[in-house]
Amino acid sequence: MLALRSARLLRASQPLTKVPRRWSNSISQRPGSDRVRFPGAINSKFTTDMAFINPAEMSNIPTYRVMDSDGVLVDKSRKSIDVPKEEILSWYKNMLTVSVMDVIMFEAQRQGRLSFYMVSAGEEGISVGSAAALTPDDVVFAQYREAGVFQQRGFTLKDFMSQLFANRYDNSKGRNMPVHYGCNYPRTHTISSPLATQIPQASGAAYALKLQALQNPNTPPRIVACYFGEGAASEGDFHAGLNIAATRSCPVVFICRNNGYAISTPTLEQYRGDGIASRGIGYGIDTIRVDGNDIFAVYEAMREARRIALRDGGKPVLIEAMSYRVSHHSTSDDSFAYRARVEVEDWKRRDNPIIRLRKWLENEGHWNEDLERDTRDQLRKAVLKEFGEAEREKKPPLREAFEGVYEELTEEAEAQKKELKRILETYPDEYDLHQFEDGVNGL
Amino acid sequence: MASLRLPRLIPRTRRGYSTAASPSSRLNLPIDYKSTPLLHHTSSTLSDTLDLPSSTTSKSLNLYQAINSALRTALSTSNKVMLFGEDVAFGGVFRCSMDLQTEFGSERVFNTPLTEQGIVGFAIGAAAQGMKPVAEIQFADYVFPAFDQIVNEAAKFRFREGATGVNIGGMVVRMPCGAVGHGALYHSQSPEALFAHVPGVQVVMPRSPSQAKGLLLSAIFESKNPVIFMEPKVLYRAAVEHVPSEYYTIPLNTAEVVKPGNDVTVISYGQPMYLCSAAIAAAEKALGASIELIDLRTIYPWDRQTVLDSVKKTGRAIVVHESMINYGVGAEVAATIQDGAFLRLEAPVKRVAGWSTHTGLLYEKFVIPDVARIYDAIKQTLEY
Repeated sequence: MLALRSARLLRASQPLTKVPRRWSNSISQRPGSDRVRFPGAINSKFTTDMAFINPAEMSNIPTYRVMDSDGVLVDKSRKSIDVPKEEILSWYKNMLTVSVMDVIMFEAQRQGRLSFYMVSAGEEGISVGSAAALTPDDVVFAQYREAGVFQQRGFTLKDFMSQLFANRYDNSKGRNMPVHYGCNYPRTHTISSPLATQIPQASGAAYALKLQALQNPNTPPRIVACYFGEGAASEGDFHAGLNIAATRSCPVVFICRNNGYAISTPTLEQYRGDGIASRGIGYGIDTIRVDGNDIFAVYEAMREARRIALRDGGKPVLIEAMSYRVSHHSTSDDSFAYRARVEVEDWKRRDNPIIRLRKWLENEGHWNEDLERDTRDQLRKAVLKEFGEAEREKKPPLREAFEGVYEELTEEAEAQKKELKRILETYPDEYDLHQFEDGVNGL
Repeated sequence: MASLRLPRLIPRTRRGYSTAASPSSRLNLPIDYKSTPLLHHTSSTLSDTLDLPSSTTSKSLNLYQAINSALRTALSTSNKVMLFGEDVAFGGVFRCSMDLQTEFGSERVFNTPLTEQGIVGFAIGAAAQGMKPVAEIQFADYVFPAFDQIVNEAAKFRFREGATGVNIGGMVVRMPCGAVGHGALYHSQSPEALFAHVPGVQVVMPRSPSQAKGLLLSAIFESKNPVIFMEPKVLYRAAVEHVPSEYYTIPLNTAEVVKPGNDVTVISYGQPMYLCSAAIAAAEKALGASIELIDLRTIYPWDRQTVLDSVKKTGRAIVVHESMINYGVGAEVAATIQDGAFLRLEAPVKRVAGWSTHTGLLYEKFVIPDVARIYDAIKQTLEY
């Protein structure tokens, strides 16, 4: 019954979506027509001019920006930023928080206090600015360099630190590597290390939101936001995800952080087209390229993308946000093995999303040196406090090693758990269990 | 500048993320790679073991340097050899391809875009046209987008081509694998059993630098089949031994009796060989038994005869591997022993392997085999 009802709903909804009509056979071709009506190309004019399209001869997709690197609005004729000052200040503090946390945690990793860390230096504007345009009901699939998305969506320092130290308050129960955060609400799916796997998942999730909205018109309008890097966009899953989102008209916004490097591989060895944005056009997806160092440009593009994604029953949008990875890929990487220090220093000097917004705030009289110093000081103290508490906290009980694979423990896993317990009890001197909640009894 | 002030901001403590072995440990001690009998600490034992002339020169290398040496030897031996993968150009994230692009040029040694299915498919195509591609997958955990290319294409290529005779024998796919202590779900896996289920590919995992060089050169030049070459990444820096400088190969169809014994046979491969060796030393001392240790080296197709001969002699067998026990390599080896040496068995064949779960960050050392568990299995098998 339910299935029937949904089918009817779907049918009823179809006129809402303006899908270009494709013809299934050549009979529909009018005699003497000047254009192609093959099933695979719907409105292509015939030409006698044999011209290959050479992308090198086309002009590149422009980059949308609102303010320049001095924090001054570029278009003097535009209206000012239509966001309350308090909100913009909260974005600024969120970027600062991530940045302060990054510096401390990177150093902490170097001291051996946690096994791994990844900073998002230079990309805070993309994650904070885009997440600022989402509602808490929107769903996020991220990669691993979007701490700012979590911060903007209300993840607390305690949440961050519990995950980083894999203690008993860690949502992932001590199972995941550091920076693989996850949150039930606002739904921000737990980070998975394999690249690009989240992209088709985001399309499927967006389709679910679309169906749920059709089946229950009282649901608030929701989209999926899906983040990935330009390197991940080389994976087959990128193609799969965007193409399926286009064909099923899914309300999903894909945000590509193009930071110039996939570990050591520069974009020149990653692709030869005009960035990632040019591909969106190939999939028939509304696409924009924005200056990722300009939080206003990112925010405005995302806000508009969200509106487009919800229009006409849903459609995907691609945003390519340009930045530069000023950091090493991770704490396991030394990027000076493959790029010059001076290149990085140059970028750091030239542009940075935090400094740019700070300049704007100062120009507007909302910020000054004293506020900057006090805020940084407070943030540093707050991070260190949660750091200390999270590090001292107990680890989850050992049974979490076995649980969660299936909804219920299998008979085999139950036997293995017993066997492990026997080993731990037979050889108590061989295992240090003091960090784990309830020690051997936690099994 | 900011980072200079940090040590003050975060007071240094003894606290660290890795819960090292308990101070009271006797069995689960960190492996001492400087004294393990599994490595050639001097060059004197090399020529006998590897069947090389006594004039062979050698150098002390760790595993990534030995792989690098094998790749350098391969690239200079034949201009059909190509080397590519993600981040290969600057030397690879584990430094296995260091300096090779400079020495052999970017035509044969190059970065690929970030696409495992692309990398393996590219290798298959190049091999089908007569080249010897050595493709690198950055981590075994990330090989799965290429599973279709490996299972449906590489493994079936010769069979499908039939009388055309076309094959992809020159192809090798290298990948670092295994646990390192903090790799969690996606930097710890050893998917050898998944590939060993597929007839048509050879699956190899070396235990040491000298083994790796000989086996890798064999995979590139001697094998006429596609080879999945898995490198235990925890050994890249840890395992150091003398490695012959010249070209040499170790056949892909033979297991090696690494240590002879009479009372029980322990069969393993890759990094757990060191755990087995330590457990055997402790068990021989404490229990007065004589234990044989076999390295499978090639996991599929595997050297059944060497294993069966050993178990027929000892009457007892234990299989040890890091990846999950369920439908793992141990199941195949145990079933083969049961079939081929049933009447000689004095005890059930035991499997010591990863539990049937994922490698949670904090739980790795409880999930994969350690010396204590192997010791316990030896004791139980002897006392059965």
